[in-house]
This record gives sequence, C-alpha cells and structure tokens, in this order.
Amino acid sequence: MDEIFGIPAPLLFGQLLLGLINGAFYALLSLGLAVIFGMLNVINFTHGAQFMLGAFVAWAMLNFLGLGYWWALLLAPIVVGLFGVLLERTMISKLYKLDHLYGLLLTFGVGLIIEGLVRNEFGSSGLPYRIPPELSGAWDLGFMFMPVYRGWVVIVALVACIATWLVIERTRIGSYLRAATENPALVQAFGINVPRMMTLTYGAGVALAAFAGVLAAPIYSVNPQMGSNLIIIVFAVVVIGGMGSILGSVLTGFGLGIVEGLTKVFYPEASATVIFVVMAIVLLLRPAGLFGRA
Amino acid sequence: MSEINRRGLLAGAAATAAFGALPVWQARAQAQNTIRIGVLNDQSGLYRDVNGPGSVSCVRQAIADSGVTQRGINVEVLVGDHQNRPDVGSNIARQWMDRDGVDVILDVPTSSVALAINTVVRERNKIFLNSSAATSDLTGAQCSPNTIHWTYDTYMLAKSTGGAMVRAGGDTWFFLTADYAFGHALERDTSNFVRAAGGRVLGGVRTPFPGTDFSGFLVQAQASRAKVIGLANAGGDTINSIKQAAEFGLTRRGVKLAALLMFISDVHSLGLETAQGLVCTETFYWDLNDRTRAFTQRVLPSMPNQLRPGMGQAGCYSAVIHYLKAVADMGAQQAKASGIETVNRMKAMPTDDDAMGQGSIRPDGRRIQPSYLFEVKSPGESRGAWDYYKLLQTTPAEEAFRPLSEGGCSLVRS
Repeated sequence: MDEIFGIPAPLLFGQLLLGLINGAFYALLSLGLAVIFGMLNVINFTHGAQFMLGAFVAWAMLNFLGLGYWWALLLAPIVVGLFGVLLERTMISKLYKLDHLYGLLLTFGVGLIIEGLVRNEFGSSGLPYRIPPELSGAWDLGFMFMPVYRGWVVIVALVACIATWLVIERTRIGSYLRAATENPALVQAFGINVPRMMTLTYGAGVALAAFAGVLAAPIYSVNPQMGSNLIIIVFAVVVIGGMGSILGSVLTGFGLGIVEGLTKVFYPEASATVIFVVMAIVLLLRPAGLFGRA
Repeated sequence: MSEINRRGLLAGAAATAAFGALPVWQARAQAQNTIRIGVLNDQSGLYRDVNGPGSVSCVRQAIADSGVTQRGINVEVLVGDHQNRPDVGSNIARQWMDRDGVDVILDVPTSSVALAINTVVRERNKIFLNSSAATSDLTGAQCSPNTIHWTYDTYMLAKSTGGAMVRAGGDTWFFLTADYAFGHALERDTSNFVRAAGGRVLGGVRTPFPGTDFSGFLVQAQASRAKVIGLANAGGDTINSIKQAAEFGLTRRGVKLAALLMFISDVHSLGLETAQGLVCTETFYWDLNDRTRAFTQRVLPSMPNQLRPGMGQAGCYSAVIHYLKAVADMGAQQAKASGIETVNRMKAMPTDDDAMGQGSIRPDGRRIQPSYLFEVKSPGESRGAWDYYKLLQTTPAEEAFRPLSEGGCSLVRS
C-alpha cells in the first residue's frame, strides 16, 4: 500500500475529504460573519447561538408542525433571520456610533442568554434529528466510505458561498452595499435607505448561520452548546482570512478544514489547537489577514 | 435632625431589636445543628443533563425522605457550577469550606475536577462524596480518608462493558479517547481487560475535549480494521461519535461500538433508532425494580425537563441518605467536627435506599453494589416513554469493582 509520510495514502485522502467537509461549515459560518462585519462593523458574537437556533428550529418544525428537512432548510433560515432583523432594529443599531467593543459585548451577551434559555427549555444532552431518507446511504470511493449527506453539505455550502459572493460583487444591490460600507453618508445622500440595508444585511448574515445549523442538525448532536463549540474556530477563520473579506473567509474556511483534517492524522491531540497556531502565525506576518486590506 | 439621619437611626434601632430577639447562644446552637451540603457539578455545559440541576433535585428529595429535619437537624443545600474546569471547581470548594461552612462537597463530575477537589477537601478534613466522576484513581493511587466514590468508576465500566464485548467475539480494539484524566483512565482500564481476556488493542486516538466532528477519527478507527471501537468519552462526545459512526456506515458493516460510559439521557438524545443494540453499564435504571420506580415517581416532578434520573443523580440521592443516617447517629455537632470520623462511621454501616439498593463502603472509599449491563431496546421493543433498556447481565458487588488489593490505595493495609 502506498504511504505518504508514513500514513497510508487512502487514509490521508479520506482525511483531506473530511477536512474539506468540515471546511464547508467553517466557510458558511465565517461567510455570514464576514458579511456582517464588512457592512455593519459589528463583530457578531451571537453567530454561534444563531447557528444553534437554526438546528433547533428545524427540530421544532419536525416535531410540532410535521415539516421535514427540506422545509426546514428553506424556512428555518427565514425564521431565525427575522429574529436577527428584530435584534438589529431594537439593539444593535443603537451601537453603530460607538466603538466595536460595545457591539461585541452586546452580541456576546445576547448569545449567552439565547443559549441559556434553550438549555433551560431542552436540556444539554441534545435532541435527535435524522438524515433525510433521500440523502441517506453512502458511496464507496475506494479509499473511503463517503456518506451521501456529507457530499450534499459540501455542494450546498459551495453554492451558498458562490451565490453570496455573486450578489455582493455582481448585482446592483451588492454595489450599493459595498458603497455604503465605504461611505454611508454619501450613499444616503443618493436616496438609498442605508439603515434598512444594514438591517437586511444583518438578517441575511444570521440566516446564513441558521442555514448552516439546519445542515448540521442530522450529523452533529443538536444541543445548546453546538454553536459555541464551533464559533471560536470560525472567528479564527475570519481573522486569518482578513476581517470582512468574503472571498478570504470562504477560502480560509475550506483551507483550515483541510489543515485540521491532516492534523487529526499526524497529531490528533492538537487538532483543536492547530487553527489558533495558524492564526498566531498569520497575525504576526500579515496582521490584516491573508486576504485583508491593511 | 435631617430626614436621612433619622432614618439611619431607626434602621439601627430595628437591627438591634432583631439581634436582641435571638440570643447569641441560640444562634450558635442553630449553626452547630446545620449541615451544609455543597452540590458542585456542571450546571451549564455538556454534562448538565447527566448531573446538573437533576442532582440537586435528588439531593432535596433525599433530605425530605431522610426525616432528619424532624429530629432538629437543619440541612442547607448550596449549588455551584464548576464548568468542567479544575481551577473553577477548586475555588468554589475552597470558598464554600473556608467561608460558608460547607461540610460536604457532593457529586462533582469530570474526573480532572474531582481529583482537584479530592485534595482540597482532604486538606480541610471535610467530606467528599463523589457520585458522577469516573476515574478509578479516586480510590486507587489518589485515595483519601475523606472521600467516598459512590456510583461507578472506570474499572467497573471497563470490566462489565469491555468484558462483555470481548466475550461476544470483539477481540481487536481501537479507542477514541477524550483527551483528559477521565478518558485516559477509562482507556487504560478497558485495555487491561481486553488484553487479559486475550484480545488486542490495535491503536487509538486522543480526541480534543469537547469535540464536534469525530468522522476523521472514526475513519482512522476503521482503517485499523479493529472489530470494536471503544468510546472512552462521555456526554456530547459519545453522542456525536455514535451518530457519526452510524452515518459513516461503520455499524452496518459489522464494526461494534463499545459506549464505555453512556447515560440514559444520552440514549434519549440519540433516539432509539440510532442507539438500538448498543450495550452500556450502569448502577441504576429508573425501571429496574419497584424501589427504583417508587424513587423515580417521587423525584420526577422536580426533575428539570422531565428527565428520568440517571445513575449519577440517583447516586447523589443515595449518598445523601446514607450521610444523613450517619449524622443522625453521631449528632450534627460531632459529624461536623471531623470529616474523617464521619466518613469512618459511614464506612461502618451498610448502605440501603430506594434508588441504589443495598451496598457497602470499603476502606479505600469505594462504595460497592451490583453493576448492570444493559442493551438499548429497538423502537419496536420500547413500550413507552423512557422504556430504553433491557437487562443483559448483573455482576455481583464483590466482583463488579476493582479488588481492594489491586488499587494501590495507601489506606488499605495488606
């Protein structure tokens, strides 16, 4: 059997692929964060809780309304996104004129409150959510056994990332968004409702988090702390990619997923730490991040 | 005199009157008759359902059932959240014992925290009744005259679940081990049983705690071609491992999962569809017999989220019942004076209560009772809510735990 660095090649390919799948989650979550930071200048620490809410809304739809996975994939992001809109209107919008730190503290606090409320209501060990029958089963790739659902996650995440990038870079509304990021007063002077645009941007970022949450529900344990476990890594991804850079966060998300996957073969104990080592190195060499503008 | 000053004087007078109403000797007598139990566990993280507020409900039930209040002994319950961090846990325990007059630290899941508390309690000659931590070191190399390890430990889990898997033909093992004291102890104890039974350990990975994605590790486990994947982890880690093992088709292709520590709340969370056929070992199941059902009936209304009590929580009930028996026997004042004396009195009496049945406490601080090997029912077999287990095998108390002579505890004289 061929070996690479003493590791059987099939095992290594398997880990690369799994790394890519985890990277899809990182990319999807960091994308929402980057969009929100780029536009609102708010570091959205509620993102993990909103990801978790996506999964819980999917569970609630199934158990209380009988709506399955496909409906949840469509509706849960809308429900959680509307909650985001409400949050932005009533609280976050009051802090735009202040230092970043206030937005960070507010969203961090709101995140903890949401997590605590959900834990009180549903407990901490989580709820069952099954893979939809259309996507269960697996392909035998020769070097590993690949569940259909994981393949679906990568494809959907890629589509969502590309679509978001296209909307922001190639459409009229995207150009307004980018202009408002540079100079909100001027854009407002052209008769564009900048506050509303910001609200919708926040809602869309939150919806992306909830979308990732629904995608995660069948494969990860649906519990109140599922977001906080992931969100620290996702913040590192955003920092490494360059705060607010959309392309940066997507590429870094997939890249770091792979780095983490490889670490799981060579030195498993460090697989939770390796991303932060990369972050420290990147910040030392390129403080603005890999794709950020200094 | 101004308004503020007059109000201040009035308040002062009221306070003097209040103190005057309660003579100093009476206040002191009350303090001497008050037992303080500090329930220290995970109130907000991944082990919350396994112990958390459920343990507190069981403790309150035990106090009510013990009837000590009628004998003039007050029992106060304090609750702390150690967040699964040894530094946080030790700080709370120190504060409780040094400032708040706590006599007993109870529950304490998460082995790394439990080992830290073990030392802190011993230094102060108080009492440590551990129900929810797993490491067998608590009654082995790190045993203490102030500590009783109540409900289960890694050795007992390894012997029951590990032994049963090897007997069923699972003679090659690969471990997924949570990378802290508990996981290491569980892996070590299980490996010993596997080897002793003629099996082989082909490898293992230490997984960062807590983890979300175990697929990378599961694929490594599969590549080792081991027949059994030993899950030396707990809570959310176990749930994620089992869920993802099913997703990656490991179980369908004949690989067996050994959930070395699984609680009933984990089964509830996984759902029977995913969990069916898994075996696990516990010392308590709510539907085991008439006494456990009666206990569950009493405590259920105060359990959070209508969860059925698990063995860690039932162990808290049992430990408090037994402790309060010793207190009633010795008198509160004497029981508070020396932790070692009280623990010795507890060791001298057999334990007996509705939740955990009969048992006894050995000189090394290990409480022993039968252990039960359960298999998770299929959805078709389950007759109602929380009807999850069928009993496969009972190991008698004397055989369930590590022999007294093998633990290396300094309290045991050879």
